[in-house]
Amino acid sequence: MLDTILFYAFALLVLGGGVLTITRRNAIHSAVSLIVSLLGVAGLYLQLQAEFLFAVQIILYVGGIMLLFLFVIMLVNLDQAAHERQFSRQWLVALAAVVAVGAELAYFMNRGIMAFHLPEMGVASGQGNTEQIADSLFSEYLLPFEIASLLLLVAVVGSVIMAKKRI
Amino acid sequence: MPISTVHYLALSAALLLIGTVGVLTRRNIVIILMSIELILNAVNINLVAFSHALHNVNGQIFAIFVITDAVAEAAVGLGILIALFRNKETVQADEIDLLKW
Amino acid sequence: MNFLDQIWLIPLFPLAGAALMLLFGKLLDPQPPSEVAVAPGVEPVANEHGHVGGHAHPAAHRHGDAHGHHHSPLKFLIKLICPGMVLLSFIFSVGAIWQLSGLTNRSHQVILYTWLAGMPFHMANGQIATFSADWGFLLDPLSSVMILVVTGIGFLIHVYATGYMDHDNGFYRFFGYFNLFIFFMLMLVLANNYALLFVGWEGVGLCSYLLIGFYFHKKSAADAGKKAFIVNRVGDAGFLLGMLLMLSVLGSVRFTDVNALLRSGRFPVETAGFGVLSAMSLLLFIGATGKSAQFPLYVWLPDAMEGPTPVSALIHAATMVTAGVYMVARSSALYELTPSTAGIVAGVGAFTAILAATIALVQNDIKRVLAYSTVSQLGYMFLALGVGAYWVAIFHLFTHAFFKALLFLCSGSVIHALGGEQDMRFMGGLRKKIPITHWTMWVGSVAIAGIPGLAGFFSKDEILWQAYNSPKGSQWLWFIGLATAALTAFYMWRLMNMTFYGKSHVKPEVAAHIHESPASMTVPLVLLAIGSVFAGWLGTPKAWTIFSDAWRGFPAWLQPVFASAAVEAAKEGEHAPSTEWILMGLSVAIALIGISFARWLYCINTEIPNRIEARCKPLHTLLYNKWYVDEIYDFLFVNGLGKGGGRVCSAFDREVVDGGVNGAGWLTRASARISMWWDTWIVDGAVRFTSFFVKMLSYPVCILQTGRVQAYAFFVVVGVLAFLGYYVAR
Repeated sequence: MLDTILFYAFALLVLGGGVLTITRRNAIHSAVSLIVSLLGVAGLYLQLQAEFLFAVQIILYVGGIMLLFLFVIMLVNLDQAAHERQFSRQWLVALAAVVAVGAELAYFMNRGIMAFHLPEMGVASGQGNTEQIADSLFSEYLLPFEIASLLLLVAVVGSVIMAKKRI
Repeated sequence: MPISTVHYLALSAALLLIGTVGVLTRRNIVIILMSIELILNAVNINLVAFSHALHNVNGQIFAIFVITDAVAEAAVGLGILIALFRNKETVQADEIDLLKW
Repeated sequence: MNFLDQIWLIPLFPLAGAALMLLFGKLLDPQPPSEVAVAPGVEPVANEHGHVGGHAHPAAHRHGDAHGHHHSPLKFLIKLICPGMVLLSFIFSVGAIWQLSGLTNRSHQVILYTWLAGMPFHMANGQIATFSADWGFLLDPLSSVMILVVTGIGFLIHVYATGYMDHDNGFYRFFGYFNLFIFFMLMLVLANNYALLFVGWEGVGLCSYLLIGFYFHKKSAADAGKKAFIVNRVGDAGFLLGMLLMLSVLGSVRFTDVNALLRSGRFPVETAGFGVLSAMSLLLFIGATGKSAQFPLYVWLPDAMEGPTPVSALIHAATMVTAGVYMVARSSALYELTPSTAGIVAGVGAFTAILAATIALVQNDIKRVLAYSTVSQLGYMFLALGVGAYWVAIFHLFTHAFFKALLFLCSGSVIHALGGEQDMRFMGGLRKKIPITHWTMWVGSVAIAGIPGLAGFFSKDEILWQAYNSPKGSQWLWFIGLATAALTAFYMWRLMNMTFYGKSHVKPEVAAHIHESPASMTVPLVLLAIGSVFAGWLGTPKAWTIFSDAWRGFPAWLQPVFASAAVEAAKEGEHAPSTEWILMGLSVAIALIGISFARWLYCINTEIPNRIEARCKPLHTLLYNKWYVDEIYDFLFVNGLGKGGGRVCSAFDREVVDGGVNGAGWLTRASARISMWWDTWIVDGAVRFTSFFVKMLSYPVCILQTGRVQAYAFFVVVGVLAFLGYYVAR
């Protein structure tokens, strides 16, 4: 019962935040809406017993990325942009296409609903979530881990260079 | 009805579509980037839901990597935005059409 | 030894001699250095003769003599080989004829080699016949007479030439050509088919050219050689056409086949008009006209006197010019069937005879008189052929060979005695000084005038009788022949009187050196004189057979060849023998009148000819200039066809040929222009159209490239939509 309510609450946060993100004129408003949405996602993670990911989501996503976004928004002067037209000329046809895709997805999910015969909520294993992730991450997925670190390195170097006034 | 995997999938799909609409529709590049974040989060929700359903931690690990990727991409994307803003004095996607015939 | 089977050797002996001479002769008689001789082959005008009177040139006369000529030590070999070859041929001929007389069917063929055997071809009437050209030799009475004449008289003239040409350069060359000529002439008379006859025909024409132009450094000699060859060629064209027509109509060119076919009665006598056989015989006669110097192709013979005298004697008196007569006689079967052509033959012969006789009346060059005399006598022979008296023509050929060769050789002797003088106005009173020459020439002149007892009388008289009597003859022909006989007697004795009798008009510097000819020259003269006397007794007139039948040996011998002899014998009974006696008497009387008239004019009253000449100046000029025939030919053919043709051809070349070239150039440029248009508009157009097409195709696609990322993202979504849609649809 609580699960259901919590789920729907978080879902509302997510979807509502998402819709607001894409419709606000003011960029700050959009960013804040996105933060709200991300928080809702974090809540969902918690409900799915992915505690580590919940933490990471908050720390990284909200605390890192969104902050970055906010800094950039403030760096880039968007006042001018706020006065201009917000939506591109293809909004209608894009909307139509997306709705069509959505319809198709719904159709598929309907068709394959029987494939989701999965136990409702899983039995918790002995270890904690973080330990499980750590185990898997540093043994089986060590290589992707290292590559991810490389990726981050590249991203850091690249963004530093790109942000420089003069290379 | 009890919350099943399907709910999470439906939610994820909806979030994906919202993000897609945002990418295709908004002119402001920052908003577009934020919509991309929405899409990535939708994917994450999907992954974690299945990880939970299948009692497999792989989904979550994948989600970690997705987040990592999202971080890198956001950083680089915003760097590009700044460079673009410096050159073109605009953040509207419509006005950046140099690569056409 | 079977001479009959070896008759192919008869022509080959002189061929061997010619080959030896022309290939190795220079070794035997190297030419002296140029400061000694004036030019090769030119007769030295004045010799430094150290001694008067007869001198012999024995073979022992080796290293140089007073004349300044260097005789090579081996020169006697030439004198031995060449006449020797001809003598060998003569011996073989005599042997072969002896054996021939023993055969019942007096005809013997030896086919040495068949060259083109059995080539099938279509005749005019569509039949298939085979043509084979073989090197075949036929010995029958007609060719036997000819080979005796050629080799016998040829041998005598060769001996004469060893003396006459002794001082000339090119001795070996002369004898090489001379032997070559004998070879070709023997090929001509011994051939068993028209094609091989034509080989000999052409060959004697070639040798005639070579020998007439022997003194090739003299322009007149070279021109005369060219003229002879070219005029001959005109006749040869006719001969060739006639031969090919014969091949087309009769299917063969072999004498035996042709004669058998013509006498078989398959072809009717063409009395009605001009049929294909008449065309054939006329074309052959045109060939004979060229070779035997009849009107209108006689103009080369007087000019041919530019050659050395032995050449004139052999070729232009005894042998080559008689080739035409021989050929027509050989085709007697054909002429029997074509009376219209035979009439033409007789008419042309008679006309030529009197034409040449009139020209000879006023000529001053001794050799020219004899040349026109030859033309005239050949006219007699053709007259005889035309009226159907073939054996008579051959008989006259036989006797004429003797006395004409004799006359030419004597004139050569006179010229030699006078050191090269040929103009009769500068002769005279030579009777005592060169006696042998004089007496032999006297015999020859009497013979040609037709005095009874000598050769010319019998043959000429027989011709006149046949002209009168034969069914194809007419009184007009007889009358022309009689007039010609009168003229012949006159001009011959004019020649004799001007040369030997009367006052001497010899130039003083020449008179000092007059001497009789050497033995090598006088002996043949004597032999020929004997022949001139006795050769005629072989064919006495029919009226004389009351004395002895043996004196008709000649026609009897030739009888198998000329089937018409039987016809002639049948018709002879129409006129009484007394007519023959009367005609005979008339011709003799005419001849005597001519002789005495000549004597009166040129010996006794020598100023009268000049008065007559002054009185009838136009006529004299006309005759002296040979009726201007040469000038007419010059105008018509040389200038008209030659130069006019040259002008036409050059205009053609300029306008048509060059115009064609220019036109081709213009065409090329025009086509280049078209090409350019094509290239620009169509080829380039295709290329440009391709690019235009691609551009047009790509235009819609270009529109899709907006440069806006959101548009591309939209297309991604659309793609996903389509992708999912596919699965939905499935």
